[in-house]
Amino acid sequence: MRDFQYAIPGDVSNAIGLVSQEREAMFIAGGTGLVDLMKLEVQNPSKLVDVNRLPLADISETGNGALRIGAMARNSTVAYHPLVGERYPLLSEAILSGASAQLRNMATVGGNLMQRTRCTYFRDIHEACNKRSPGAGCAAADGFHRMHAILGSSEHCIATHPSDMCVALLCLDAVVEAQGSGLRRIPLEDFHVLPGDTPHIENVLAHDEIITAVELPRPAGKRACRYRKVRDRSSYEFALVSVAAALEISGDRIIDARVAFGGVATKPWRAYGVEKALNGARANAETYRVAADAAVEGAVPRRHNRFKLELLKRTLTRTLAELTGVER
Amino acid sequence: MTIESRVTLLDALREHLHLTGTKKGCDHGQCGACTVHVNGVRINSCLTFAVMHQTDEITTIEGLAADGELHPLQAAFIECDAFQCGYCTPGQIMSAAALLTEPVGPRVGSDDDIREAMSGNICRCGAYPNIVAAVRSVQPRRV
Repeated sequence: MRDFQYAIPGDVSNAIGLVSQEREAMFIAGGTGLVDLMKLEVQNPSKLVDVNRLPLADISETGNGALRIGAMARNSTVAYHPLVGERYPLLSEAILSGASAQLRNMATVGGNLMQRTRCTYFRDIHEACNKRSPGAGCAAADGFHRMHAILGSSEHCIATHPSDMCVALLCLDAVVEAQGSGLRRIPLEDFHVLPGDTPHIENVLAHDEIITAVELPRPAGKRACRYRKVRDRSSYEFALVSVAAALEISGDRIIDARVAFGGVATKPWRAYGVEKALNGARANAETYRVAADAAVEGAVPRRHNRFKLELLKRTLTRTLAELTGVER
Repeated sequence: MTIESRVTLLDALREHLHLTGTKKGCDHGQCGACTVHVNGVRINSCLTFAVMHQTDEITTIEGLAADGELHPLQAAFIECDAFQCGYCTPGQIMSAAALLTEPVGPRVGSDDDIREAMSGNICRCGAYPNIVAAVRSVQPRRV
């Protein structure tokens, strides 16, 4: 590991100031991703600004019934919070499906939004990776890419976004609050960006901007929710495919559907085509066939990850069928 | 103590304080052998820097037994023969002990709940059935 300077800021603006001074300075929160990548010398910050003591861990209701989750709230605190369990059980379910208890005790909400891909070529400095060294090429494209993305990829990058939490947040229309030269609110949908020909740019934050909170709007109506994750072992493993679904149902009709995918795309993936196929439709097997086809529209599978097409369709179908009590 | 900023909490414990009960397995947060408690909460000590914990209370396996009496989980691991080579055992015990004290955490009723709650600790010998039995015998609080 390369040596680095270490600083403890007194407050948020001090933290921003300390990072803005150096191009290679970074914030460190839970450290579960960054410390690992520093050992691998994938990330080599010149200075770490430790935000762990900043007062950003509150979880509280706002005046308009939204829930504001401080960026430094630990994943376990969020998952077991009574208000989250009561109003956003989808979020609890998604968080608890990820990592291990130890990691969830360390990892923060802000850090989870900023986490890097688990692509093995990104994590190995001896391999070509456009995300790590722009212009170097992508070793995954012709390499072993069973875990990689079928949606949102480009010829420059096929790395998946690894988060479970973000998939649920996306389904819940979360908004990211960030502080830089000013305070701004970014819908989570617009926070992560597609790799295109700049896979080293993963989100819209500026270098000296820090996530201060994530806000979840008041739940609109009663929804049936489920986060279903399919993986190589039953715990402590990244998703091959995951589906977050929140359905408002009336009689035998789906009034409004929110659906997002994890494990299959280069960013947390909101499945608008699926939602369109479900909104206003009868909850039945035929509707789910149409929705499943919409799920993989535009997908670009490769040699080792072609199975994700069928796995995604089946995972979505089963999730929808279970939520609505429909025989598949 | 004076320490370089890039020293992990794990290395500070082992190499600087010579508390070698906490083990280094993968050093990447994938095995749980390095599990310690920070302010009563279990974490992977390999994924955090020691300088980040200057005012924290750290408990390692060495600090679990009180007044010469084994912690109930240490006794249970012996009673249930919950290890073979023993390398993962300090991490397993610290992880299981946290189930009794962490302010928030999983409900642990069934054996499946125990397996899920303990999934961050890998045992290469495969002593899992006896580890589950040991954890079960101490009756974690949140049922």
